Amino acid sequence: MSQRTIHDIAHARAGDKGNTSNVSVWVYDPKDYPLLKRTLTAERIKTAFPKLFSGSVTRYEMDDLHGLNFVMLDALEGGVNTSLNLDSHGKSFSYLILGLPIEA
Amino acid sequence: MTTVRLGCGAGFSSDRLGPAVDLAQRGALDYLVFECLGERTMAFGHRDRMLNPTRGFNPQLGARMRGVLAHCHANGTKIVTNMGVANPRAAALLVIDIARELGLRGLKVACVEGDDVTHLIGPDTAFMDHPGTVADVGLRMVGANVYMGAEALLPALRAGADVVIAGRVADPTLFLSPLVHRFGWALDDWTMLGRGTLAGHLMECGMQITGGYFADPGYKDVPRLADCGFPIAEVQADGNFVITKLADTGGCVTPATVKEQLLYEVHDPAAYLTPDVTANFRRVGIAEAGPDRVRVSGGDGSVRPDKLKVTIGFDGGFLGEGGVSYAGPNARARAELAADVVRERLTRINRLGGDLRIDLIGLNSLHQTAEVPAGDSADIRLHVALRSTERDDVDTMLWEVESLLCCGPAGGGGYRGQVTPCVVTHSALIERDRVSPTFEVFTA
Repeated sequence: MSQRTIHDIAHARAGDKGNTSNVSVWVYDPKDYPLLKRTLTAERIKTAFPKLFSGSVTRYEMDDLHGLNFVMLDALEGGVNTSLNLDSHGKSFSYLILGLPIEA
Repeated sequence: MTTVRLGCGAGFSSDRLGPAVDLAQRGALDYLVFECLGERTMAFGHRDRMLNPTRGFNPQLGARMRGVLAHCHANGTKIVTNMGVANPRAAALLVIDIARELGLRGLKVACVEGDDVTHLIGPDTAFMDHPGTVADVGLRMVGANVYMGAEALLPALRAGADVVIAGRVADPTLFLSPLVHRFGWALDDWTMLGRGTLAGHLMECGMQITGGYFADPGYKDVPRLADCGFPIAEVQADGNFVITKLADTGGCVTPATVKEQLLYEVHDPAAYLTPDVTANFRRVGIAEAGPDRVRVSGGDGSVRPDKLKVTIGFDGGFLGEGGVSYAGPNARARAELAADVVRERLTRINRLGGDLRIDLIGLNSLHQTAEVPAGDSADIRLHVALRSTERDDVDTMLWEVESLLCCGPAGGGGYRGQVTPCVVTHSALIERDRVSPTFEVFTA
């Protein structure tokens, strides 16, 4: 069996403001929230994609609703103003993060 | 208990019209709100207005009003929108013309102005979130607009306008203002303003809360996505509310759709800044209250920010994009060779300026910078992008990409190329007392 990813336990949405990206990640089952908090730290995201997320990564916790919000500064290759990435808003960052393996 | 019913008829400038007509016709709404103004849409509005002083508003304004105006008039639904973009006055006059065409004599249409603060911006104006000033950008400024709050929309609502057309106001403000007007909330009742802003924030992206931008087959299935309906908020006097949609439309409203939208484009959930309030979403409660009904409670707020945010738009030249596809055996090697050829031709032979990027779609385009390892594929599209202030450079790039059809690797096909005008935006802060919203009501 292949290794489980965050995508197996959680869903996510990405948003952008200027050169800052945010991705909120929500577990389907509240029982998985402690696991999500353990495996998906700000540090983990930064080390998984060091070139993309070279700026600061901050994690906000929504314990009542079982979700995490990650805010990545300077993450959008300059933002829609200058980025030539087809996805200049970083909309696909949600699935970039959901693709990370769960490390228990 | 009194409930105010808000509908969202558009969550971005190119949003669908049909579901908005459904809401106008059958939503039993008090207010139908169209949010159509992204950060950069305003700069395009300024450009349009410079080319033609009677333009500069949302290009779909006419179609939208022809679709909903008669229904809204018949059902007592008022319309609030930022479709005025860079020319709310011309937009209001167009709506007056349409109202007369439709025989809606007496309809009152207000334009709200005062957001255009171009005259307050100079070469020395400093940016708010990164170093530098307007002069450092080195591009022609097209206009600057301040995010105005409920104070800008309330006078038009109090004057009895049936349609209120603004340019730049904060997106949640479009929904908050009718609530303040109807419930009589004080403009320093931060808890109520926080709750109304929460409702506005959840509603402002339209279908992003009713199943749009949510489906992930096998994980998050959405029924009848092609017929997705726009959202309705049933707001109580205490500011708490239910998000729902018309029962016969596609899509779904669930705690999960509401959660994803709750933090969309939000940084610190305890400090969501608008001109009206510092909203706090930290202790929000989200609970299922029936099929496609989700109850949202516990929004809060604290004192509003001292200064207002201004978005300054600049003419950014042109973006050219051209592509050719390669498929079948050894497609990857042929596409990579095509990329090498284009890069060499553009830099060594044409000595092109501007920013160039070459991607191989199907291998690794979106996440190239994230250094995600590329898989192999037998269907790859070379995608070349160049941004330049010089139109000639962009045309030269497209010519080079098209020439691959005969001069590049074997088996390339399907050239397409396009040129898109670009804008660049930066943000600054200004003092509140330098902004004076005004309004004028026209009668059909």
